[in-house]
Amino acid sequence: MAVMMYWEAIRRAHDEEMARDPLVICMGEDIGVVGGTYKATQGLYDKYGPERVIDTPISENSYTGLGIGASFLGIRPIIEIMSVNFAWLATDQIFNSAAKVRYMSGGQLTAPVVIRSPGGTAHQLGAQHSARMEKVFMGIAGLRVVTPSSPRQAYGLLKSAVRCNDPVFINEHELMYNMKGEVPDAEYFHPLEGSEVTRAGKDVTLFGYNISVHWCVQAAEQLAKDGIDCEVIDLYSLSPLNRAGIKKSVSKTHRAIVVEEAEAPVGVGSEVMAIINEECFFELDVAPVRVSAVNVPIPYNHHLEKAAIPNAKKVVEAVRKMLGK
Amino acid sequence: MNAADKKRLLREMLFARRFEERCYEAYVERKIGGFLHLYPGEEACAFGVLDAARPGHDYVITGYRDHVHALKCGADPKKVMAELFGKETGSSKGRGGSMHIFDAEHRFMGGYALVGGPFPLAVGMAKGIKMKGGDEISICFLGDAANNQGTFHESLNMAALWELPVLFVCENNLYGIGTRIDRSTAVIEQHKRVQAYNIPSNQVDGQDIEQVYAAAKIAVDHVRSGKGPYFLELMTYRYRGHSMSDSNAYRAKEEERMWGKRDPIIILRDRLIEAGELGMDDYKRMDDEVLEFIEKEVIKFAEESPEPKLEELEKYVLAENDPYVRGGVH
Ligand SMILES: Cc1ncc(C[n+]2csc(CCOP(=O)(O)OP(=O)(O)O)c2C)c(N)n1
Ligand SMILES: [Mg+2]
Repeated sequence: MAVMMYWEAIRRAHDEEMARDPLVICMGEDIGVVGGTYKATQGLYDKYGPERVIDTPISENSYTGLGIGASFLGIRPIIEIMSVNFAWLATDQIFNSAAKVRYMSGGQLTAPVVIRSPGGTAHQLGAQHSARMEKVFMGIAGLRVVTPSSPRQAYGLLKSAVRCNDPVFINEHELMYNMKGEVPDAEYFHPLEGSEVTRAGKDVTLFGYNISVHWCVQAAEQLAKDGIDCEVIDLYSLSPLNRAGIKKSVSKTHRAIVVEEAEAPVGVGSEVMAIINEECFFELDVAPVRVSAVNVPIPYNHHLEKAAIPNAKKVVEAVRKMLGK
Repeated sequence: MNAADKKRLLREMLFARRFEERCYEAYVERKIGGFLHLYPGEEACAFGVLDAARPGHDYVITGYRDHVHALKCGADPKKVMAELFGKETGSSKGRGGSMHIFDAEHRFMGGYALVGGPFPLAVGMAKGIKMKGGDEISICFLGDAANNQGTFHESLNMAALWELPVLFVCENNLYGIGTRIDRSTAVIEQHKRVQAYNIPSNQVDGQDIEQVYAAAKIAVDHVRSGKGPYFLELMTYRYRGHSMSDSNAYRAKEEERMWGKRDPIIILRDRLIEAGELGMDDYKRMDDEVLEFIEKEVIKFAEESPEPKLEELEKYVLAENDPYVRGGVH
């Protein structure tokens, strides 16, 4: 297994899929000559040329729609949107076209597109560059939403997303592109559905996804020193959420905390708590809680920004409070 | 434009240049965070256009490269710098940052981070002006690459259809981040693109403030006289990277050198010197005064100002004490 960075893993998946299938293309702003804001397509322009590595104008809704239209004819576009904050502009085509065309056409058309975009709060980028919008995407029928927490997942999920016949939205994170991790040397397809047990434990389950998995792991390591044994579940598939995986872990620990970088309303936390209610309410020893962002547009000021967003310390506090320790 | 006006504008542009350069340093010192987009090279655009308009009275809106437009509208440089430092005394109370300078008192209606976002907002302000019967106009400054957003075309159509008092100023610096205009845009001459909407337009050298001013005067008069929208394209160049994280590697050095020789400040300065209106020593003194003011007043204020209080994280999310939240006042 090679250790590589998150962006390198994404680049490798692009490269392998483009080498294999001439109908795989990638498109987005500054992805070609510049090689991508986060280097995810570095070198591909020189290798595959401008017909397949397309620098688009700043026209998010229309180039995304263009990619969706091409996918009707069997092209496999990987569309990069520089930030989910700009993906808002493309939601018309993603939600109204890609997500619905299979159903509206009674199964005649499909939109096998991949849309990749980093969503999350980086450092002081201000309200219009710091939103998390996975909560919106995961609420749309007909769309798959995955969110890699490691280079291995980033590689394997993109590989599967390109081959899958459904539209897949991949929610990445600006702060994770330089994160290192092991990626299998052999070709690897990560399942698009399911969840992973990142750390087994018996006292309480910490549900995380993408960056919040890391806060959960850090919190678990710290709490382990005090004899508190946390289980960490990585919900890399946000749509559909893995009901069985959620049930299994809560039935084991009987306590649940959902950790999400986004604000609480209409979020992953609300959804996971609803699933717990539906699947295993009587397994609970205590009411589940959420560790989420404060419900504000993200402020520029560094201290306010930190106060608005969860972190490992806030997870530790939530666990201690729940366990009365 | 008389000699006194030219000298005043020279000083204003020089101030803007030094202000931005000082931002660069403060960013390196980590006093400023986030994305920082600077304006050096493009000064004649904002100053030439707004000098022909009525800054502080007309409504102005732009993108993320917004410090200098705010300053020309009348925003206090101390407050703008304090905003960049994230301080409570900043123009947006430290909540906005570099891309979101606002000064409603001076009708600087903001900097917005999403490319193309301000187009419809500018048209909407023009609608407001028309309904209220004022003599203001709405002025929208955006880059060349923004014209590839749908909002550009949708907004031009409505502005023309309803004859709204809005001036679109396109600061054409030939790039959208690292993508050169001919690689993103089918029609390179932006002023031609608006002809499809029957909007009068013009294109001038954005490095020469006198040309910008003269063209802007015609544009502003057109819009203010109730004849509807106007589109002014200014050919310019940014001397730095797109933002602080940009290495500029995609630009040919020869191209940079060529535009470097067309510095709007140097062009105006040399013209004044040639006309015998200014000496090199006057210019030097002007520069020293500007630098001293920035250091002793602007930076000092930003540094010494307090941070926002953590308890006030949730302030400004919604209106405070709006009576209709409880069903109105009877
Ligand atoms: C909707 C949206 N898409 C993409 C971006 C990223 N982005 C920021 S500035 C920029 C280039 C804009 O170029 P231009 O309009 O020419 O203005 P300039 O920066 O050259 O002044 C891009 C692509 C964004 N901020 N918003
Ligand atoms: Mg530009």
